[in-house]
Amino acid sequence: MIRLFAIAGGLFFAVAALWSFVTGAYVAATEGLGEETAEHAFHEHPKKLHLASDGVFGKWDLNQLQRGYQVYKEVCSACHSMKFVALRNLSDLGYNEDEVKAEAANWQVPGIDPNTGEATTRPGLPIDYFPSPYPNNVAAAAANNNAIPPDLSLITKARHNGSAYVYSLLTGYQAQPAALLEEFPDSKTPDGLHYNPYFPNLNLAMAPPLNADQVTYADGTEATVDQMAQDVSAFLTWTAEPTMVERKRTGWPVLGFLLFATILAFFAKKQVWAAVKPKPAVTPAKRKD
Amino acid sequence: MSFPWAQQYTPTNGLMRYFDEKLPLPRLVYNAVGAGYPVPRNLNYLWNFGVLAGFCLVIQIVTGIILAMHYAANAEVAFATTEHIMRNVNYGWLMRYAHANGASFFFAVIYLHIFRGFYYSSYKAPREMIWLLGVVIFLLLMATGFLGYVLPWGQMSFWGAKVITGLFGAIPIVGEPLQVWLLGGFAPDNAALNRFFSLHFLLPFVTAGVIILHIWALHIPGSSNPTGVEIKTESDTVPFHPYYTAKDGFGLGVFLLIYFAMVFFLPNYLGHPDNYIEANPLSTPAHIVPEWYFWPFYAILRAFTADFFFIPAKLMGVLAMFSAILIWFILPWLDKSPVRSGNYRPLFRIFFWILMFDMAVLFYLGGAPAEEPFVMFSQLATAYYFLHFLVIIPIVSMVEKPKPLPYSITEAVLGSDKEAVLGENASVAK
Amino acid sequence: MAETTSTAGTDTTVVTDGEDGVRRRDFINIAAVSAAGVGGVATLIPLVSQMSPSADVLAESSTELDVGAIEPGQAVKAVFRKQPLFVRRLTAKEVEEANATDASSLRDPQTLAERTKEGHGDVLITMGVCTHLGCVPLGAAEGEIKGEFGGYFCPCHGSHYDTAGRIRKGPAPTNLEVPEYEFTSDTVVQVG
Repeated sequence: MIRLFAIAGGLFFAVAALWSFVTGAYVAATEGLGEETAEHAFHEHPKKLHLASDGVFGKWDLNQLQRGYQVYKEVCSACHSMKFVALRNLSDLGYNEDEVKAEAANWQVPGIDPNTGEATTRPGLPIDYFPSPYPNNVAAAAANNNAIPPDLSLITKARHNGSAYVYSLLTGYQAQPAALLEEFPDSKTPDGLHYNPYFPNLNLAMAPPLNADQVTYADGTEATVDQMAQDVSAFLTWTAEPTMVERKRTGWPVLGFLLFATILAFFAKKQVWAAVKPKPAVTPAKRKD
Repeated sequence: MSFPWAQQYTPTNGLMRYFDEKLPLPRLVYNAVGAGYPVPRNLNYLWNFGVLAGFCLVIQIVTGIILAMHYAANAEVAFATTEHIMRNVNYGWLMRYAHANGASFFFAVIYLHIFRGFYYSSYKAPREMIWLLGVVIFLLLMATGFLGYVLPWGQMSFWGAKVITGLFGAIPIVGEPLQVWLLGGFAPDNAALNRFFSLHFLLPFVTAGVIILHIWALHIPGSSNPTGVEIKTESDTVPFHPYYTAKDGFGLGVFLLIYFAMVFFLPNYLGHPDNYIEANPLSTPAHIVPEWYFWPFYAILRAFTADFFFIPAKLMGVLAMFSAILIWFILPWLDKSPVRSGNYRPLFRIFFWILMFDMAVLFYLGGAPAEEPFVMFSQLATAYYFLHFLVIIPIVSMVEKPKPLPYSITEAVLGSDKEAVLGENASVAK
Repeated sequence: MAETTSTAGTDTTVVTDGEDGVRRRDFINIAAVSAAGVGGVATLIPLVSQMSPSADVLAESSTELDVGAIEPGQAVKAVFRKQPLFVRRLTAKEVEEANATDASSLRDPQTLAERTKEGHGDVLITMGVCTHLGCVPLGAAEGEIKGEFGGYFCPCHGSHYDTAGRIRKGPAPTNLEVPEYEFTSDTVVQVG
């Protein structure tokens, strides 16, 4: 009886699913599989980017991180916050205690006037977090034509292949290809937006932020757009996961130990089972007492 | 249960004798997973996954309790405290990655455990109760996994909570009030986050309780085995300890190697980048998907795109998704074949592998975007899924002619004289 | 583990390698179980250390104060490591009182000079945490009871501290703790 009900139920679900299939197939046959879109046709995957922190043995390139920090400080921080990173974290980039203090003091963080209690700003201390350029999202939207600049703390983890994505986006601005306009005449980049094939919908609110020699690197590296984009991608890889290198470094001894223990366990298992492995006249294990 | 030849627990010293008299816990352990539990001698490595699943629960409870020490279930700070764990707490990154990947590995192990049950028909009498409890555990795990994924309060967390509670909105009449009641509001917010945290903390302990029942029920008939032939004599069994403790120990080592390789070197591989964006109720991510372990059922949910007679497509999808798991509850009574193991059921075995392929397809399609041709494939795969369990299994079990079974486990392992002779002849013929 | 070896080793028809073989095989079992034990203990390291102060808490462990504006006889409460810190500028009379006491007769013998910095003998910086069970003593704010010795008084269990913050009467075992600090300028103090 239960099997009759089951067969009936099974046929019900199967027919319902096939009904959806037939309806869908009919629509596909009469109207095609949906129109090709400009986003789909012209979106590009990120370019290759090699960072010292890549791979299972990756290490931070501290000089590059310092350069990237300089780019963030002098360019990105005008619009983008980085609220999960503390100024004290700069010590990871190879700055000593005094340098971190001095660097922190360069940032103006929100404070309270000790006499009146009114909101004011004061020089940052290492324990402070990176200040946001806007007091709130409404202000950020108002200042940027309604496009809120995303927080950059986690940006390289919040995008597929994030480090390469940031690098590609920063170096990917270009004129809209003529082929695109030919194929999709309605997809002209709107005023106030900027064509960038690495951005998911191709039209980005952020104007090209980097120009050659925009920053002057202390270590004498030439500040090309490509160099700055690589450096800031490396820096944002660090901000997204400052513990990444520590994580990889911890992993090796753990895996090494586990491999050793597993090999031991394999031989122990073999040894225990040696007593009952198939033999013509097997005597099953008996208890001792 | 006990086989008459099971080894008896004998306390070796005064203290243990005292314990045995007052609180026979060592005796219980001895009889449950010690030398006092006779187990078929022919279990293969697919029988390791029960113990591994138990180990996963331990990993999840230990790391979960630690994360709860640093996390705050408040929509204002949930994302920030998660980042605090990643950045400031000593080994916090390890705890969080171990927990997030632990959930994935838990489900991987559970799926293999279930598929083993499908192939060897572990659900059949006298083991129906073990199977039913197992399905309950699976449902509890899915609920726990979903609730836990909401806690970091990223974009996927938020929209996952919204979409999954939205499923209940498909129920006629009571649906929408039910959804509002579940969320404690009109969209996921503090109320939802806080109750999800509370329930996410509770359910693993409920699960642990049901696991105890699952193991208890297992010890009534004893473990099944790859031949599906029941234990007949002492020579069919070996004591759980040391034979299967040693085998499980090795299996655990292999499991931990793969698990920690993921935790330390690819911790975000199974996650979704959008969950590193803080929840934003005003903007839905372009492509929302649940965690991979829900994909087959998510594919079934999305397969229903057309109204079926008077049943709206949305309700149909929800019905099908829940039914896809609930039908497992009646599986023991659908498969009437007297033979358990797929090794001796040629027709059943073909359909089993088709089901595995079908599940693989559903896994893939559940993670794919809701576009053609993915949706059409998922409709076919969904149809097969239901046909397999509800139509094919009952019919196959009636029409199939199984291959002859070995007389006993011992014979299957060692080979009878007859087979040995046949084997010799075969080699001569060649 | 004894179980393992005895059960496996009992079947003498199988183990034929002789004494050496048995011992070598026992060794593998013992090694495997020991490795599991070592792994278990190593796992405890992160499980235990996650409870100690996190990086953001440790970063808060120093505080800067301007003591220039405190008048003699006045005290302020500051916060150091989430605990109250008393900063007090002693009057000449209070300094005299503190110095008049024979330090060696005290429960926790210390002179005022040992509890202040050279050149700033009138600036007494102590934790505002009673050394008995951690209550905040009275006496820092204007109008609070200063106890029988004119310093601080802890109302929880009646500990009296003198003008140098030394325990004089009551259950507290030691003087109010003087945290590590230094004058970075004439008036600015860095604590911790």
